[in-house]
Amino acid sequence: MNDHDSVYDGLLGGDDAHWAFGTSFEDPLAGVDTTVPDDVDRAALAAYCLMLGDDALVHSHRLAEWCSNAPDLEEDIALANIALDLLGQARLLLARAAAADPEVVPVLPEGSPAPPEDALAFFRDQSAFRNVRLVETPNGDFAETMVRLLLHATWRLAIMQRLVGSRDPVLAAIAAKAVKELTYHRDHAGRWVVTLALGTEESRRRLVAALDAVWPLRWELDRTHDVERRLAAGGVAVDPVDVAAEVDVLLAHVLGTAEVEQPDVKRIGAHGGLTGRDGRHTESLSRLLAELQSVARAHPLGLW
Amino acid sequence: MTTAPAAVVASTVVDPELPMLTLADLGVLRSVDVDGGRVVATITPTYSGCPAVAAMRDDLARVLAEAGYDDVEVRLSLSPAWTTDWITEHGRQALRDHGISPPGPAPSGPATLSLSPTRRALSCPRCGSARTELTSEFGSTACKAHYRCLDCLEPFDHVKEI
Repeated sequence: MNDHDSVYDGLLGGDDAHWAFGTSFEDPLAGVDTTVPDDVDRAALAAYCLMLGDDALVHSHRLAEWCSNAPDLEEDIALANIALDLLGQARLLLARAAAADPEVVPVLPEGSPAPPEDALAFFRDQSAFRNVRLVETPNGDFAETMVRLLLHATWRLAIMQRLVGSRDPVLAAIAAKAVKELTYHRDHAGRWVVTLALGTEESRRRLVAALDAVWPLRWELDRTHDVERRLAAGGVAVDPVDVAAEVDVLLAHVLGTAEVEQPDVKRIGAHGGLTGRDGRHTESLSRLLAELQSVARAHPLGLW
Repeated sequence: MTTAPAAVVASTVVDPELPMLTLADLGVLRSVDVDGGRVVATITPTYSGCPAVAAMRDDLARVLAEAGYDDVEVRLSLSPAWTTDWITEHGRQALRDHGISPPGPAPSGPATLSLSPTRRALSCPRCGSARTELTSEFGSTACKAHYRCLDCLEPFDHVKEI
């Protein structure tokens, strides 16, 4: 045996100094009062935070796949920046889920230094992920990636703007920051959709094809899940029904500016009424998670 | 032995990615309280995913320890959310002096959708020309957009308004 048997050996203990930013990634909610208001259902709050957190985590991973593959260097950096914002939102939301209901956090081997949000990201199985299927489907071409980002960012921004008034102060604080970030994401996606539609014959053809490919997944964001309904009634969550009209107007404005029609496509089916929000996913999520999780799962005692 | 007040020590810590700025200039250092022998410093993240937060936390603890404060706790505050309006005038000048264009006023009110390139009244931090062009709304760090000057032709960073 020598020190070079595994490139990951260095992750097990040793000196923190070789990490650019240290390894002191303690609780991202350190010092934040994470008390859950008395009348709020902790399990439902955790489930809701996982929904919004998993949307961000999975979409972040997909966007990061463009790293070194985007059409130009500026776009490469733009997508990495957007992915980083979403990853940050995911980290806070998963930490909030864990603080609200520790039962959702997978149990790791004794001695594992993984914080709860990492345990949630890297050690949950596919069926425990609550993201919509829209964000897990493979990137496709650049037009498809931009249509997906437009749909998600438009919906998410509308939700987060209202969550700023959530009765859960932690969720409200996470939302207030997310609103600022998502404003840039939505503009970016909207501008690209218009640019592609009004660009060349080929870019327009691809944009129209992308709308047809992605639109069938849209309805899952709009459909109210039982968790959303219950928490919205208590002023903690936002019922997607309440943002649907606003999202429709914004999307119609983008498509109108782009001079393209709303796609007339059937929505993708649910499995016995269950969707991504219930842990029913497409095969592509399992491949995404294999890539996202395999190293962490192989080294549950690793320091990252 | 006399030690400088903890708040004074903490206010010398610089941002790991914008080292011309202190955390105080950046508006990230929200408070420094001394409770008995314990120092509690509170910082707020700039962006949700800003990787520099962990470094800021470590740097604060280290600098305070070097000044004789052994018992230091660094807390995060998420609310109110950080805004570029909190960057001090001193910080804005330091950015300019280092070739980075400081942010204009942060947007207020509901977020509006903008389908044309963002227009900002700013000048090249190198030559002062007002003839500049946005290259990308996303730059080398989460907080910056990328510009170029149409007169001196140099590229430069602009701290985005949030």
